[in-house]
Order: sequence, then structure tokens, then C-alpha cells
Amino acid sequence: MKNTRIIDAKGMHYTPLNKEIRAAIKEGITEIILENVNGQRFIGNGLRGDNVTIIVNGVPGGDLGMFMSGPTCIVHANAEHAPGNTMDSGTIFIHGTAGDAVAHSMRGGEVYVRDSIGYRGGIHMKAYKDKYPALVVGGGTRAFLGEYMAGGILLVLGRGTDQCPVDERGIGTGIHGGELFIRGEVPDHLLGIGAAKKPFTEADREKIRPYIEKYCREFNVDEPELFSDEYVHIGPSSARPFAGKYCWE
Amino acid sequence: MCGIISVIDRKKNPMDGSAIKEALSLMNERGNGEGSGYAVYGAFPEFAEYYAVHVFYDNLIEPKTAVEEELEKLGIVKHDEQIPTFEQPNLKKRHIPWRYFFKPNVMALGTTASEEDILVYLMQKVNTTIPGALIYSTGKNIAVFKAAGWPEEVADFYRIQDYQGYIWLAHNRYPTNTAGWWGGAHPFNLLDWTVVHNGEITSYGTNKRYLEGFGYVCTMHTDTEVVAYLTDLLQRQHKLPAEIAFKALAPPFWDDIDRMPEKERGFNTALRMTYSPAMMNGPFAIVVANSKGIAGITDRIKLRPLVAAVAGDRLYLSSEEAAIRVMEPSPDRVWMPRAGEPVIGRTE
Repeated sequence: MKNTRIIDAKGMHYTPLNKEIRAAIKEGITEIILENVNGQRFIGNGLRGDNVTIIVNGVPGGDLGMFMSGPTCIVHANAEHAPGNTMDSGTIFIHGTAGDAVAHSMRGGEVYVRDSIGYRGGIHMKAYKDKYPALVVGGGTRAFLGEYMAGGILLVLGRGTDQCPVDERGIGTGIHGGELFIRGEVPDHLLGIGAAKKPFTEADREKIRPYIEKYCREFNVDEPELFSDEYVHIGPSSARPFAGKYCWE
Repeated sequence: MCGIISVIDRKKNPMDGSAIKEALSLMNERGNGEGSGYAVYGAFPEFAEYYAVHVFYDNLIEPKTAVEEELEKLGIVKHDEQIPTFEQPNLKKRHIPWRYFFKPNVMALGTTASEEDILVYLMQKVNTTIPGALIYSTGKNIAVFKAAGWPEEVADFYRIQDYQGYIWLAHNRYPTNTAGWWGGAHPFNLLDWTVVHNGEITSYGTNKRYLEGFGYVCTMHTDTEVVAYLTDLLQRQHKLPAEIAFKALAPPFWDDIDRMPEKERGFNTALRMTYSPAMMNGPFAIVVANSKGIAGITDRIKLRPLVAAVAGDRLYLSSEEAAIRVMEPSPDRVWMPRAGEPVIGRTE
């Protein structure tokens, strides 16, 4: 049974807001609805709790869900920079767009963005033991997608974009782990240093299927072509792309 | 890290300063209380034909006498007044802000100098030779309010809600490379140009030397100053259209130019080579205004945020969408401009 608490965040600073969220979880509340959010940073930072859902009505400030471990966070608006920063586990759904550095240094959990994101999406995402982070973007992204990526999966569905959903430079610059899947065509000159195209296999298609299903379920999307279209698979060309740049051996 | 926000009403309907104060305050996390400021176009309709020369005085004896001697030599002062300020508990009044409504005499220097040239000469003469006086704004019908403090404090110190205009710019500073002080707070103004900036111009040295070749002198101890002067040089003196001038400051990469069709490639190559010392490097998001409009631009690899929104006749530019939503809760359209591509809003 849901046990809901509504918090009116109008004009509230993020520190008391986060305190109220923590107190509610301590009391056993499982669904927290934040009304009139506008620009409060750090919502849900370091929060623990596997059965907790936070619903954000309004534009949350930067670093939503940073270090978060377990909760599900649903945003009914656009998000600013770096939602999912260094997240540990749990899920963020954004019903809108997001700013730069989405899923920055994320090490576990999942971030789903319904529309497009800004620059440096998935920068330095990493995997750790059984943790395997995922960033799923419904629209397009800007330059330096998956920069310095070290682990996890980054999926770009490119809905509503007519050409390449990532039509800017530096895809996977410095990537040394993890993989990107981009629906549509990606011209070679957009790949960053250290990134290489790989074959898109049936096993890959099966791998991305559950993420697409989850995206479609949350955002109420029915587009079979998301499952049947070709994706460009990009991964590291070597485990140490800059080995010759900084080291003398 | 700094916070910026700007708005233009294309039909020139006046807005007072209360909303932008709230919007800037929302981004307090982007500043540290060592510099905030506001600029407004259309602030002085009764003196619209006069240059509003804003000065920070350390005292009202020697520096003021010396500045007024210069003003007298160079033209006439129609009206002058101490800029009204209102004591704030945490804001120390380190300077006394004064404004003069001034008309230069084009014959004053005995050269072919224009009115604008005389204002540039005046600003540099005062800022480099008169201790205790700093001219920080010289535009017609433009008011600039800045000090070392938080956005709300600086707004309340000047009571910006008492001023109205059709363009506002606001800035919340987090000084990193140079100290926080009144003169280093944004916005920076020169004649019709006003600039707010988040980031750093790492090409400052190159840009400064280039500007010095055209007679500009940097006196504010901060990199943003060069943006105002480069804009003045390229747009007022070299008469480049805004789109081209911004392209010169943040040009495409050479490998992108190599892939362009021949005509475009030739043009961009020429522009990069001609204005190579004007190119700005480093992370930046900037809003530049003049009396005809505002333009926002970021560095080519987008190391600072910029969000744009349109609501009716108004265009908003800001570091954060939430700040725009303080002023306009339901914009018609919100988007993130591409790196290096200016978003321009002009009056009708």
C-alpha cells in the first residue's frame, strides 16, 4: 500500500527540502510528491531506500539524485545539469529534456530522459562489480557524448531527430570501457579519439531491448521501429586510449 | 562558476527590476556574495540623448573634482546626482556611485573624434590616471547597478524595482581568477554595449594585446572586460553584423571548416585568419546587449550552460531554466542553444 506525503517546495531552499524528504522516509513514507519545485539543487542526494518513489513536479536544479542509492525519482518537467551524478543505484525518469553532463560519473542505476539532452551526456560513466549504469535518451544529444566513458551502457533512441541523433563531434572521446548504441547513422568524423564502431549483433539487440521496453512503458510510447531499427554500436578502440600521450614506457 | 540572466521585450514594453532580482537570487549557488549586478536599457527616458556616465568614487573630494574637470573639458553635464542607495545589513558601501548625464563636444580633442571616441577617451583617462575614481558605464539611457554582495542585497541597495526598461541583464559572480570588488562585478558596459559573462577567457592576454593595438586599455582586472571591448571594436568600429562578429569570437573548428562547401570554407578561413587574435578561448557563456537587442553565446565546446526561452514578445537567456521560470512560469518555448551559435533577440 502506498504511503504518500506531499511537500510544497515553493520558495524552499534545498537543505530543508532534503531534510523533509529524509524525515519522511524514516517515518516509512514510500511515495513523496514534491510540488512547485523550481531550481532546488541536489534533490535526493545520497538518499537510500529501495521502495521509495519521489515525484518532482517542476524543474529540479542541478545534480538531481547525486549519490542516490535505491529510490525511483520521476520528474514531470525538464531537468537542469547532471541528473544522476555519481548515482549508485535506483532510477530517474525525466519527462522532458535535461541539461549538460547527464549521468555524470554514474556508477549504477538507470537514467531515462524522454526527450533530448545537452553536452557531455554520460561523461565518465563507469561500472563497478555488479553495478552497471544505463543512460537512455529518447531524443538526440549534443557533442562529447560518453566522453571518458569507463563502463555501463548509453542508449540514444533519436526520436524526433531527422538525421543523426548525435550530430556533433567527439562521441566517446577517451572511452575505455562500456558501450554506446545510437539509432540511425553516425558519420565516422563524429567519433572522438579512442572510440570505434563495432558490429551491432543480435545479442546487442537483445541487450538493449529491456531498456527500450522500460522507456516505452514509462513514457507511454508505442514505436515498434525502436526495436527493429539498426543501431550504431560504439565502444573503446583500446583499454588505454591515451597510453602514449601521458606515459613514457 | 557564475549565474547570468537577461530578458528583452521586443516591443520595448517596460519591465521593472523586481522579477529579475528574484530570478538571479534563485541562482545564488552560482555566486559567493562577492559581486552581483544589473543593467537596464531605457532607464533614463528624460535624459535619453545624454551619455549616462557612471562613476565609483572613493571620496567626494579629489577624485570627484578631477573627474568633473575632465568632463568640463570634454563637453557639458546636463544633470548629475549621487545614485540613490539604501543601506543593507551585510553590504559595506565601499564606493560612492555617481552618475552624470553628459554630452561630449566633438571638437574637444581637436581631432576627428566622434562622440563615442570621446567617451572611450574619457573612461580610459579617468580609469588610468585618477586614483579613487572608476567609470564603469557610459551608455545612453542605460543604468548599471553593481557592488560586492549577494543578488538580493545589491538589488535592494540600489532599489532596482524603482527602475524600468525593455532590456535587463543580471549577473551573480563567483570570482575565481581575480579578486571580487565593485569594479569587477558584472555587468560591464562600454557605450551602447553591456556584457555579462560566466566562465573565463583564457585567451585574455592575446585579446588584451590585440585590443591595445586599437587603443583600448583594460583597467578592471578581469577577463570579461575584453568581451565588451572586442564587441565594440568588431561591431561598432569594424561594422561587422552581430552574427559575423560572434563567429569571429567563437569560430568553427578547422576540421569543421575543412568539411564546408567551398564558398563557406573560404569565408570562414578568411574570418578566422583575420580575427585570430580576437578569438576567445576558454569556457564561457555570455550575454551581450545593445539598445537594439541581446545576444547569448557559449564557447565552442560548451563548457558553460545557457538556456533560452521565448514567451510572447520576450526572449530570455539564462544559465538555468528555473531562473527563467521565476520570471515567466510558462514560456512558449525553452531550448538549449548549440555551442558557439548566438541566440539573438532584437527590438521590433
